[in-house]
Amino acid sequence: MTFGFKILSTPIYTGENMDSKEEGNGSKSVEIKVLFFARARDLTGMTHMPLEVSQGTTAHDCLNRLIVKFPGLEEIRNCMVLALNEEYAPGSTVVKDRDELAIIPPISGG
Amino acid sequence: MDSNGVSSASDIRREIASLEAAKAQIEDRISTLQAQLSNCSSNGRAKEEIEENRFSAPSPTETISDGQLSADMIYRYSRHLLLPSFGVEAQANLLKASVLVIGAGGLGSPALLYLAACGVGRVGIVDHDVVELNNLHRQIIHTEAYIGRSKVESAAAACRAINSTVQIVEHKEAFRTSNAVEIMSKYDIVVDATDNVPSRYMISDCCVVLGKPLISGAALGLEGQLTVYNYNGGPCYRCLFPTPPPTTACQRCADSGVLGVVPGIIGCLQALEAIKVAGAIGEPLSGRMLLFDALSARIRIVKIRGRSLQCEACGENTTLTPQKFRDFDYEKFTQSPLSTSPLKLNLLPTNARITSKEYNERNIKGEAHVLVDVRPSHHYKIISLPKSLNIPLASLEARLWEISAALGRDEGDKTENDGSSASLYVICRRGNDSQRAVEYLHKMGFTSAKDIVGGLESWANDVDPKFPTY
Repeated sequence: MTFGFKILSTPIYTGENMDSKEEGNGSKSVEIKVLFFARARDLTGMTHMPLEVSQGTTAHDCLNRLIVKFPGLEEIRNCMVLALNEEYAPGSTVVKDRDELAIIPPISGG
Repeated sequence: MDSNGVSSASDIRREIASLEAAKAQIEDRISTLQAQLSNCSSNGRAKEEIEENRFSAPSPTETISDGQLSADMIYRYSRHLLLPSFGVEAQANLLKASVLVIGAGGLGSPALLYLAACGVGRVGIVDHDVVELNNLHRQIIHTEAYIGRSKVESAAAACRAINSTVQIVEHKEAFRTSNAVEIMSKYDIVVDATDNVPSRYMISDCCVVLGKPLISGAALGLEGQLTVYNYNGGPCYRCLFPTPPPTTACQRCADSGVLGVVPGIIGCLQALEAIKVAGAIGEPLSGRMLLFDALSARIRIVKIRGRSLQCEACGENTTLTPQKFRDFDYEKFTQSPLSTSPLKLNLLPTNARITSKEYNERNIKGEAHVLVDVRPSHHYKIISLPKSLNIPLASLEARLWEISAALGRDEGDKTENDGSSASLYVICRRGNDSQRAVEYLHKMGFTSAKDIVGGLESWANDVDPKFPTY
């Protein structure tokens, strides 16, 4: 997936981390809910948290933000299911307000 | 406590245990004989052999002759037959099906009980472990009488006791690349009820090589996961997790704990999915993952990615063959052992370590010392050595001053011994964290710190056999 939206001038679709303040667009940021499972719960010490990101942020960007906040998450970065609103989402998917992003590392116990 | 000529409690317990073992053997024998008997009688009644039995295994007794269930079967499975969406067809499919359950532990226990009860024609059980007392809170297929005996034997006896018409095949061996293909090729469906990362990759790859659907379950702590892999064009385990997790992320029930009923629930769901696949009913959990959260009482089902064309196991350019599979080193790939034996670190020079026996001798001699127990506090609450100071490894850095203070105090206390200052010993459960702690303590100037080799486990083994282990 590449960033086809980049060249569009419609403010609402401006991609990446650009803030669209100068465009006079009302809502600059979106708030998503992050859900942690299994090892991600141990590493963050929580089951869920709100995350405020600027409009156009991708699922992958969100993950990077979380790793900055909880460096321990680096451990599972390459081994997890990332689901947006209970569906598999490529990292390039842009998150929307009130989306639910789930970080699901595999469990191996039995 | 054991005077007056009355047998002590331990004598009584011992006798009960030996009677229980004898009872189990008799029950074993009875169920084997019952199985033989019903074999004889049904062979007498219906001479037909099942046509599809590719593996020359004796047919499930009282087999379906020309699509009809026997009277006993109709009665036994009547509640299945009454289900409009299940009925005779799905039951007949089950009776013809074979399922391999790898692991007769927390997940395998309920899965096996239900698979045997529901009338799957042939059920294979793979495990190399023996039953231990600390298994019984969750591995509900095993009973006290089987402690110290093979899990496969124990599970097979329980399955036969529930349903003597099901053929139970015992594979008392570890599932390895050397025997995997041969064992798995005799079954239609595979249930992964193992407890470690390399086994999960190995079983998934083997299912891809042989084209078997994989019912994969996992449980740890208060969470469980469930997915059906390699089914109907769906993804395999490697499609989802091409890179294995680092060893630090792999937790075992023996270290992190598990609430007994959690694998119980996941194991039941594995039986359910296996029944759906075998019976050819409903929508198996393929391309979706079920996440069970016991504490919050939530079940979430997330849609997962489809098959990956780049997947090394099932992708377009895969080179995975049975031979390549046999040669693949899963322990190296995942950096963790296939057996569940705990990690044994060796970080320190021998002069920075003492054995539990040596520590005991020094303690008896009255050597001035401080014993730091670096286990997490909830471990310390289970059991600890007297006069030990609990400073969990994670908070060692922040609490170094407590060690200095304790050392100072102990030095003051000591009367006759002059010269060297109080010694510093570090202990944990098995002797790994204590080495990490000593390494750190040396760096921070506590150069005399020594770890107790093998931790509290060795204390229980070599010094005080009555000391509780967990």
